[in-house]
Amino acid sequence: MNPTSARETVLELIGEIAPEVDMGSVPDDEDLRDAVDLDSLDFLTLVERVHEVTGVDVPENDYDQVRTLNGWAAYLAAHAS
Amino acid sequence: MVAEGTGTGQVSSVMGDYALACAQFSWSTAGDWLDGLPQGGRNIAYEAVDRHVIHGRGDHVAFRFVASDGLDVAWTYAELAERTSRFAEVLRELGVGPGDLVCGLSGRIPDLYVALLGTLKARSVFSPLFSAFGPEPIRQRMGIGHARVLVTTPALYRKKVHGLRAELPDLEHVLLIGPGSAELVGAERIGPGVVPLAELWATTTGAFEIEPTDPEEPALIHFTSGTTGTPKGAVHVHDAVVAHHATARYVLDLRDDDIFWCTADPGWVTGTSYGVIAPLTCGVTCVVDELEFDARRWYRLLEQEHVTVWYTAPTALRMLMRAGSAPHEGCDLSALRHVASVGEPLNPEVVHWGLQEIDRPIRDTWWQTETGAIMVANYHGTEVRPGSMGRPVPGIEAAVVARDPQGEVLRGPDGGPIPLDEPDALGELALRRPWPSLMRSYIGAPERYATAFLGDWYLSGDLVRRDADGWFWFVGRGDDVIKSAGHLIGPFEVESALLEHPAVAEAGVIGVPDPIVGEVVKAFVALKPGFEPSDALHRELIGFGRSRLGNAVAPRDITFQQDLPKTRSGKIMRRLLRARELGLPEGDLSTLEVPS
Repeated sequence: MNPTSARETVLELIGEIAPEVDMGSVPDDEDLRDAVDLDSLDFLTLVERVHEVTGVDVPENDYDQVRTLNGWAAYLAAHAS
Repeated sequence: MVAEGTGTGQVSSVMGDYALACAQFSWSTAGDWLDGLPQGGRNIAYEAVDRHVIHGRGDHVAFRFVASDGLDVAWTYAELAERTSRFAEVLRELGVGPGDLVCGLSGRIPDLYVALLGTLKARSVFSPLFSAFGPEPIRQRMGIGHARVLVTTPALYRKKVHGLRAELPDLEHVLLIGPGSAELVGAERIGPGVVPLAELWATTTGAFEIEPTDPEEPALIHFTSGTTGTPKGAVHVHDAVVAHHATARYVLDLRDDDIFWCTADPGWVTGTSYGVIAPLTCGVTCVVDELEFDARRWYRLLEQEHVTVWYTAPTALRMLMRAGSAPHEGCDLSALRHVASVGEPLNPEVVHWGLQEIDRPIRDTWWQTETGAIMVANYHGTEVRPGSMGRPVPGIEAAVVARDPQGEVLRGPDGGPIPLDEPDALGELALRRPWPSLMRSYIGAPERYATAFLGDWYLSGDLVRRDADGWFWFVGRGDDVIKSAGHLIGPFEVESALLEHPAVAEAGVIGVPDPIVGEVVKAFVALKPGFEPSDALHRELIGFGRSRLGNAVAPRDITFQQDLPKTRSGKIMRRLLRARELGLPEGDLSTLEVPS
């Protein structure tokens, strides 16, 4: 998975959880919990959905690598087969 | 049963023997543990802040704010006294006086804490609003309270409040704090009456003498949700601090040199009462984490800050459980003496997890917005019964009272409720009034206030049992109120918001069990003619709920269902929706409307 398609996948899944968010306005480097009002439960849902869709399981210890959109893109690019 | 195992081997507690403490306790004696105002009366801010400076502890750290940018802030009691005085001066300068309502809406940033305590110094009334609320819950609460002042950040103001100004005619002043507020000093106003707090700071002196304060003067309004109608604003008075302090000593076991971390957000009653007021009255150092939950960071924070007493919530503990052992590997938690929990029933698995993983029993406590302070608890240094709420705090008389099959509390011959004294009888938890932190009214709703009592007893709405030894066990809510991540959510509030969407004809909202947050909000929606269920409409309604209500209140799941079960009088039967959703017995259907 390249960073561009990983980014699109994550944006789409954020859109499922928080459809009110304008996907064009999601900042690259801001913590998603602040940028698009994802709370802890939303975040866990996002981690689960990413796992279902991409097969990439993010362990708890790696959560701080996937707090931002760019973080997600890099993480998935590195870990997806 | 769980034997005492604190890791440090220490079993002594501030309270000492429970039975003896109960026998010797009186609220008037507990009042003497505090100072009272030299000018007369009692003021929460004086007991929490100023009196420590007078007693020579002004150099002790009151707050340590752990910030996202690594720029942590520490304030001593003397600094906190000065800042809160400046805030009180600002209110006076604006003509905001005793009894006027000031609302706070922000994350856990230092100036929010200044605003809370400064408002109390000025004898105005403070009401916290959760920063994850959407515009609708904010509008309702500020409207019910006729708030004159709002303290918030520029981002939250622009996003959630600016568009409501026409509907909030009483709101005269918006004081901006936090990120982006300093840059607005001297700049063009971003809305009517909107001023950066820093701009008003310049003319203050830091010397403000608290005026004589009647202990029965309103100090705080905490909003909570019922089954029906608008949110209820429970009014608490300055004398409540007597109960905050007594329970901080007896239940949280706080001693002067403790380092205390309450993880609750000050947008709710726990974060205000036990994240700010109660620990400060004990003169301890309070740790405030400005960031959101993160298992590894939380363990590190416990270690690095040498937290000795930790008050947290089942949702957070279950998230830590879910995270496993890796995040706390190598963490030294030896400073941690006492761990307590509040917000929803603490399941026994979490208590066992605490013993295994962090070598501490986790002690559940029970109270409500209306009770203002902890009422039932498992105490430091005493046996923990996993899954139990514990025993009533000294000074509180609790009873299990009888209900009829419809869930109404039965009235006895003396006009009061009928106590069920046999062990393990199921009934509603009732508490005998008065006590200092009991709410004094629901603002603007005297009839709803009256229904919260029967005779001398406050009716909690929670179903419980009491075992033969006097431990209470939570069984369930006696009504349709949803409890998610420790917060009460009124189904009516959610249904009303959904009904404002043009496609929605009817909505029924329930809580469904969730392994992490206890319950999540689920909505059943019947569509108006001309609208068809679709994925697109589903997404639109989820988004509509989140943007109106905020993610703390909005439904996480929506199911389209055209025939919602209703009573003959046309009321949606949430109980039946829930029973069907969960595959539970449907119970008494005699009032169900039979489709013709």
